[in-house]
Amino acid sequence: MPKVIVVTSGKGGVGKTTTSASFATGLALRGNKTVVIDFDVGLRNLDLIMGCERRVVYDIINVINGEVALKQALIKDKHCDNLYVLPASQTRDKDALNLDGVGRILDELKESFDCIVCDSPAGIEHGAFSAMYYADEALVVTNPEVSSVRDSDRILGILAAKSKRAVEGLEPVREHLLVTRYDPKRVAAGEMLSVDDIQEILRIPLIGVIPESESVLQASNSGTPAIHLDKSDVAEAYRDVVARFMGDEVPMRFTTYEKVGLLKRLFGGR
Amino acid sequence: MPREEPAFKIKNANLPVLVLHLKTPDMARVRAQLETRIKQMPDFFAHTPVALGLAELAGLASSDAPLDLAGLLDFMRGQRMQAVGVIGGSAAQREAAALAGLGIIPETPARPAAVAEAAPEPVVEAPPAPPAQDLGPAQPDLPGLEVEAAPAPLAPPEARPTLVIDKPVRTGQRIYAEGANLVVLAIVNAGAELIADGDIHIYAPLRGRALAGARGNTAARIYAQSMEAELVAIAGYFQVFDEGIPEAVRGKFSQIYLDCDKVVVKAMANKR
Repeated sequence: MPKVIVVTSGKGGVGKTTTSASFATGLALRGNKTVVIDFDVGLRNLDLIMGCERRVVYDIINVINGEVALKQALIKDKHCDNLYVLPASQTRDKDALNLDGVGRILDELKESFDCIVCDSPAGIEHGAFSAMYYADEALVVTNPEVSSVRDSDRILGILAAKSKRAVEGLEPVREHLLVTRYDPKRVAAGEMLSVDDIQEILRIPLIGVIPESESVLQASNSGTPAIHLDKSDVAEAYRDVVARFMGDEVPMRFTTYEKVGLLKRLFGGR
Repeated sequence: MPREEPAFKIKNANLPVLVLHLKTPDMARVRAQLETRIKQMPDFFAHTPVALGLAELAGLASSDAPLDLAGLLDFMRGQRMQAVGVIGGSAAQREAAALAGLGIIPETPARPAAVAEAAPEPVVEAPPAPPAQDLGPAQPDLPGLEVEAAPAPLAPPEARPTLVIDKPVRTGQRIYAEGANLVVLAIVNAGAELIADGDIHIYAPLRGRALAGARGNTAARIYAQSMEAELVAIAGYFQVFDEGIPEAVRGKFSQIYLDCDKVVVKAMANKR
């Protein structure tokens, strides 16, 4: 069964697009035919993170309006064979993203893809709602700070009440908590919420913790999903997330702070 | 000569009565929306005396147009709603009401009663508007608030079944148990709102708001397994916790009730 997975958060800047790019790439690397869709009409970014911005000719709004065939708008990823990107429109009005049109696109994509990753815009407005409405599963991206947690709570409420699965009384959307930009050192110092604090409020299963890292910024700027980075804890953390999503048992990493010894600082270290 | 036993006596009484505030002189629209509303709770208005509020019609441009009160009354009788009189309206409208056999109720400056608004026309499932007077601090009605109404049972209004919620109530969600008690078995997060016309029980941490006795039942109570609320209210009397929740009840199994217009939050004994 093809799966529709929404990457959502409510709050902006928490790492939805970074996660969408790396998660979709990870799924593709594990042999799933995957497409990642940018729902952020007017502020499209996914194409930049995926490094395909110069190949965008048509976008999701062209497809919804019937101006081009879906195949014409899909962009093949430069790193993975079975990964495609469906970009958002930068110029159109976001109201063009109507639910019927999105549903038609998803149905068509389900015929040829295993995994459909929907990169939601921030907020709870139209674009975010269109991205989550058809979801089978949801990655709720949360930073370890109170406003992000509250916004994630709001999104979970909407998923539970207004998604297609909720409205039609089907099995509820499967929710996964993904904590990003996690800094165990600052958690230990009491400056950030811990994973346990976040789970105590949101009460959904944890699928992974992505450590705060400077390499994410470099990856974004160079148009390479972070999961491709060599020797990076972020890349490993995202691979763990994908493995857990596929059903593997992988222990949680990057959640505790270890003091780096002198020797390691001199000879090891990142 | 012995005086005859009195056969009656006349007393002034302040009876609760529902007021149907008309917002348009277009009776066809009123009937259509009323019918939708009644379908959701078939017995809610059964044999209930209802007054027609005409005050809001006065402000409308078409307020001088004759009202088809007779048609509306026929319809209401068909729905077992008992119109008893009109409040407000123009002199002509009051006269028409008197001709249609309705009483003329003088307008009093009493505090507004709970208002149940008809939903805008395209909406089929009208979410019951919670009584505005009980909300404590003014709350903007944010778009996208989910409202779950009590299922409309085939029972008299005073015996509606308890509304049981077994999933987390998350920020921005609002649960209203209309004419019923409310039981929540999962966490109620900050920014979520529980409203019940009866009691509220929360068998999990209460971090949001809980408003019991929303239609003025001062005997309603709230029971929370872990008291961490932002706001609690009984019958419109509310308590916020700006300075944090008192140590004596914080995180404790607590009950909240009204004692002479004062909201009391009290920890329950652990062993009994």
